[in-house]
Amino acid sequence: MFFTYLWRELRRRMRQAIFIAVGLALGIGLVITVTAASAGVKNAQASVLHSLYGVGTDITVTKAPAAGANGNGFGFGFQQGIGTRTRPKAGTKIDNNTLSAGGTLAAMSSSAVSNVAKMRNVAAAAGGLTLTDRTITGTVPAINFNNNGGGGFNGGGGASANGGGNPGSFRADFKVNSFTVNGVDIGNGELGPLSTGKISSGRTFASADTSSHVALVDSSYATQYKLKVGGTIAVGNSKNTATDFKIVGIVSEPAGSNQADVYIPLGVAQSLANLKNNVNTIYVTAANSQAIDSLASAISKAVPGSTVTDQNTLASEVTGSISSAASLANNLGKWLAVAVLVAAFLLASLLTMSAVSRRIREFGTLKALGWKSRRVIGQVMGESIAIGILGGAVGVGIGILGAKLVGKFAPPLTATLGTTTGTATPGGQRFFSGAGGAVNGGGPPGGFPGGGTSGNGNPFRGAFSAARDAAPTVTTHLNAPITISAVIAAVVLAILGGLIAGSFGGWRAARLRPAAALSKVA
Amino acid sequence: MYKLTGVTKDYPKGRATVHALRGVDLDIEDGEWLAIQGPTGHGKSTLLQILGGLDRPTSGSVVFDGRDLAMLRETQMTKMRATSVGFIFQTFNLIPTLSAQENVETALVPLGVSDRSRRARAAEALSSLGLGDRLRHLPGELSGGQQQRVAIARALVKEPKVLLADEPTGNLDEDTRGEIIGLLEKLWQEKGLSMVIVTHDSSIARRAQRLGTMKNGKLTVKQTV
Repeated sequence: MFFTYLWRELRRRMRQAIFIAVGLALGIGLVITVTAASAGVKNAQASVLHSLYGVGTDITVTKAPAAGANGNGFGFGFQQGIGTRTRPKAGTKIDNNTLSAGGTLAAMSSSAVSNVAKMRNVAAAAGGLTLTDRTITGTVPAINFNNNGGGGFNGGGGASANGGGNPGSFRADFKVNSFTVNGVDIGNGELGPLSTGKISSGRTFASADTSSHVALVDSSYATQYKLKVGGTIAVGNSKNTATDFKIVGIVSEPAGSNQADVYIPLGVAQSLANLKNNVNTIYVTAANSQAIDSLASAISKAVPGSTVTDQNTLASEVTGSISSAASLANNLGKWLAVAVLVAAFLLASLLTMSAVSRRIREFGTLKALGWKSRRVIGQVMGESIAIGILGGAVGVGIGILGAKLVGKFAPPLTATLGTTTGTATPGGQRFFSGAGGAVNGGGPPGGFPGGGTSGNGNPFRGAFSAARDAAPTVTTHLNAPITISAVIAAVVLAILGGLIAGSFGGWRAARLRPAAALSKVA
Repeated sequence: MYKLTGVTKDYPKGRATVHALRGVDLDIEDGEWLAIQGPTGHGKSTLLQILGGLDRPTSGSVVFDGRDLAMLRETQMTKMRATSVGFIFQTFNLIPTLSAQENVETALVPLGVSDRSRRARAAEALSSLGLGDRLRHLPGELSGGQQQRVAIARALVKEPKVLLADEPTGNLDEDTRGEIIGLLEKLWQEKGLSMVIVTHDSSIARRAQRLGTMKNGKLTVKQTV
């Protein structure tokens, strides 16, 4: 009798039932679409961040250099006192190939890696070295001294670095090349920047390569400098000389990822850069995503003075349309969905109460026949829940369609990390290179003690400013995944909508006194 | 069957109070047929509602089958209506979305009868009233007389102790009126139930054993034969 009566009643007021169901469906569909879009934006953010730090890395640990720490170790390999009569001999040939950390990420002992690896909630930890190889070649020209205060560095004009006195000047004609080198912990290859790479030629590192002079080269860099598997690449060291490394593989990294130009085994990198048993980045994988926050906090305490970065920290630095999309989905989208759903619930409740009012005589008759109030209420609620379930089913369909449309028609999202962070940033001001690899520096390297860092008239400016001015922008496509939990939530919302509407109607029906109901003549 | 003593019923109407019943005393024996007449608005339907447990008196006692209805809780009143009282209304009050058979079944739902038994009893009740070929018809597909027969079947299918009818022929044409009242009389005789009919129709009222007249909330009763 219950279902027969329910179905017949819904059929009788089919139009109203459909109207209520459509209202609920729109609200529920919007909730699903917004939830899917939010999840899609989160996935896009995660993929961007993963490409920077590698799949599997939840936390990175770095350290800022101590205040007043010497620069980057780069230089010509000789001292020149500007303003004195001491100068390199004209005709001196310069051919320096230096590998160093660049002075923006301080070294940490490898024992810090072991300590972090042993911590609770750490699934894996690996150390890495981010280095820069710089080659300076050229010949020292004759230097002209004059007393008019003019002169300066070629191509720059302006005063000399020291200003005043008897500035020296010369026509500099040096060639500077640089590329980034990552020392990779071969034993923990699943962590770190190399983990997002795909070998497009040759092979990756084998465990036997731990102490070998073998290298993987980034595909863009290899194409630019016509490097191939089987060829060699010269990597400098702390003594300004070069070592040939055999190229065993070409690796392609996702665009915008924190890729280096060259990857060599960590131990070899440590040796060449005179950073034995040191790393300047620790990559950490948490045991589970819920532990990331507490783990980051624990690592901060375990490695004093370190900068611990997780995805949340990086996410706050991401700009571009991806962050706009995140804001749109999480704020406007969420509240719009809530508003529509509340409106749908209210409408359903009002219409249900109105329907009950029209059936007063009917319910009065049933009560006169001996139907208990709760049976009458149950009938009303059953009808409302049935409408809610119908609305939920249609709403899930609308939500899935909405999510597909978002995925199909959403414009590509861009994510850009800040081009520079402030000079007060722990770890030093960071400049991000569009060509690949992070160029971390507190300014252009200067080879002269007391040399200026203003960059005006700096002959090296051409070498480094491009790196400083560009910032990686990753373009990613937004997908809006529908999850089972979203569908279940939709069904629950639908039933809840029916219950709320039915409650109002049932309350109305329960208050009926049979005599009063029957005295109302239609 | 019934013993009413000093029953009054007042309704608030704005700032005033309507005294629908003013100290009604009434005894109804088992198996008795009582007709109640009177002008509109003088308390006939109110008296019927109190007899049927649809409403409570403001004061006085209404003893039905040894129990004072005024003292019963709502759930007890509901159960009493479900088992002992059959109602017939002027406007039939059939559920428009249920078939004739399903309408009759609604009277058996509160009794917890099984689905199969419920369907069978409803079909039998309708068949005994000549509606065996109309079981699946909706009320809208039946004539007035047929609808009232369905209502009578619904009232009697649970074999109540008393049948209360409020203007059962009020919405019917003359021929059908006679048909329905004849049917009620026949059933009253066959089943031996008590019957109280409120009617404007004197020809119907004269057929009852006793005739009550409501005027200004007061009831006077006399034998008809």
